[in-house]
Amino acid sequence: MSPLLTYVLRHADDNLIVAQRLGELIASMPDLEEDIAVANVGLDHLGQARHFYDYASELDPDSRDEDQFAMERSEREFLNATLVEQPNGDFAQTQMRQFLLDAYQVPLYEAMTASDDARLAAISAKAVKEARYHLERSSAWVVRLGAGTPVSHEKISQAVEYLWPYAGDLFYADDVEEGLAASGVAVDPATVRPTFDATVADVFASANLSVPDDPYARMGGRTGFHTEHLGHLLPEMQSLYRAHPGATW
Amino acid sequence: MNLQDDFDARLAADRKIEPRDWMPEKYRKTMIRQIAQHAHSEIIGQQPEGNWITRAPTLKRKAILMAKVQDEAGHGLYLYSAAETLGVSRDELMDMLHTGRQKYSSIFNYPTLSWADMGAVGWLVDGAAITNQVMLTRTSFGPYARAMIRICKEESFHQRQGYEIMLTLCNGTEAQKAMAQDALDRWWWPSLAMFGPPDAESTHTAQSVAWKIKRETNDELRQKFVDMTVPQAEILGLTIPDPDLVWDADAEHYRFGEIDWDDFWQVVKGDGPCNRERIAHKVKAWEDGAWVREAAVEHAKRAASTTKLAAGGAAL
Ligand SMILES: [Fe+2]
Ligand SMILES: [Fe+2]
Ligand SMILES: [Fe+2]
Repeated sequence: MSPLLTYVLRHADDNLIVAQRLGELIASMPDLEEDIAVANVGLDHLGQARHFYDYASELDPDSRDEDQFAMERSEREFLNATLVEQPNGDFAQTQMRQFLLDAYQVPLYEAMTASDDARLAAISAKAVKEARYHLERSSAWVVRLGAGTPVSHEKISQAVEYLWPYAGDLFYADDVEEGLAASGVAVDPATVRPTFDATVADVFASANLSVPDDPYARMGGRTGFHTEHLGHLLPEMQSLYRAHPGATW
Repeated sequence: MNLQDDFDARLAADRKIEPRDWMPEKYRKTMIRQIAQHAHSEIIGQQPEGNWITRAPTLKRKAILMAKVQDEAGHGLYLYSAAETLGVSRDELMDMLHTGRQKYSSIFNYPTLSWADMGAVGWLVDGAAITNQVMLTRTSFGPYARAMIRICKEESFHQRQGYEIMLTLCNGTEAQKAMAQDALDRWWWPSLAMFGPPDAESTHTAQSVAWKIKRETNDELRQKFVDMTVPQAEILGLTIPDPDLVWDADAEHYRFGEIDWDDFWQVVKGDGPCNRERIAHKVKAWEDGAWVREAAVEHAKRAASTTKLAAGGAAL
């Protein structure tokens, strides 16, 4: 796979997997407004995934389409960061996962709009608006829960503790990122980190949460070394498609 | 003119009743019951379709289905808002749903067992809903009528998307065609029952027609739906599961077989295939979310008092 195809799939997969997780939650949220919001945010991520897959399809020597990428690859071929495949857990865990992703995607897409690659610049120009709106929502929830009741504070604190190591995986970089960043195509994740850290510090301060000082990060998603959760998500997502090879839907 | 005469005159002149107008207590209660049941149906209706979001066979279908289920939640929201104008709170309405004191459409007490059900539900269930609801865009209570205008537009979109799923399946493999036929077999009769009991046995119809809440009877609407849907099934190459179905050329209507009303009443009374699960799911989501709603209220209170302090400080 060319480095550019790998790069595009890493971002496509982040969005597809989180959309799949959010899709699990529909009709299960604490109130009607959140049911609508979870579908809305999920649809945005699914839309972003599809734009990245479209581009991936053009770059792919086999011209695989979006459904082939989504439905025909196995666990070891998915390149999303381990954060997005983490289970929904309770509402605090869902919102924290979303917040960490949003805090990363906003500066990522902002930087990507300046890419020398016109396709990436166009995809991120649209995506960044959605990501800013997502970040507004998820930060508001982190603050509400962190500064809400003792129960909500406890739950959101546990969510931070659980998810923090997976957030580190968002910043993985290898030859793919580094090479493409040098040629002005990709965003070097290291350049996104300071904005991410500042957002987290800011929101956590309002939420009475402390930023974990454990430097451990569970890396590996970007090269297909996932947590065990992905191996449960994919068979469900792919079951119908795979039961009818070659069918049109 | 006294209040009752004024109300009657508005109805006679086809003017809308608005929340601040005087209305007979029975009209208010009927309106609350009907709008709430409709809202509950939208909300519970998210479950059978939500059931296939994670397994949709393509990303495009997944997006369409997610958008549809989101629309249904939006319909619930407009309708709860319309009911709230009559002086009932969302929490009270939720409680009535959770405790079974208010009903929702029985159609959502059937399971979605294959992907073709996403087609059949859109085509038949949203189709029957539109047939029923178009008249509600002209219903006498203003907020309900206005909510229905928006809702009906989206429902007809859902209906077309559902039909399109069926069409794709029917042009597909043998297994896909069989899946489509099986879905029609299971959804046909419950869809006809959605229009409610025959006019002769319907307790609400006469008063509702007089109040211009309802403008056509159950049987009229059911006939309209059958006449519209049978030719669509023919285009799909599917067989309607009714041996008595015939075209009556003189009347220009399809004649159809007897609905199994015992089955219908059994489901209405709570013993359908999914009644218990649907409510249990809803109640669990609501109870699991209690700490979240409490945190939001607590935080809003604190934020409000901080703002007051800040404002007070500025005034000093
Ligand atoms: Fe509806
Ligand atoms: Fe609806
Ligand atoms: Fe609908």
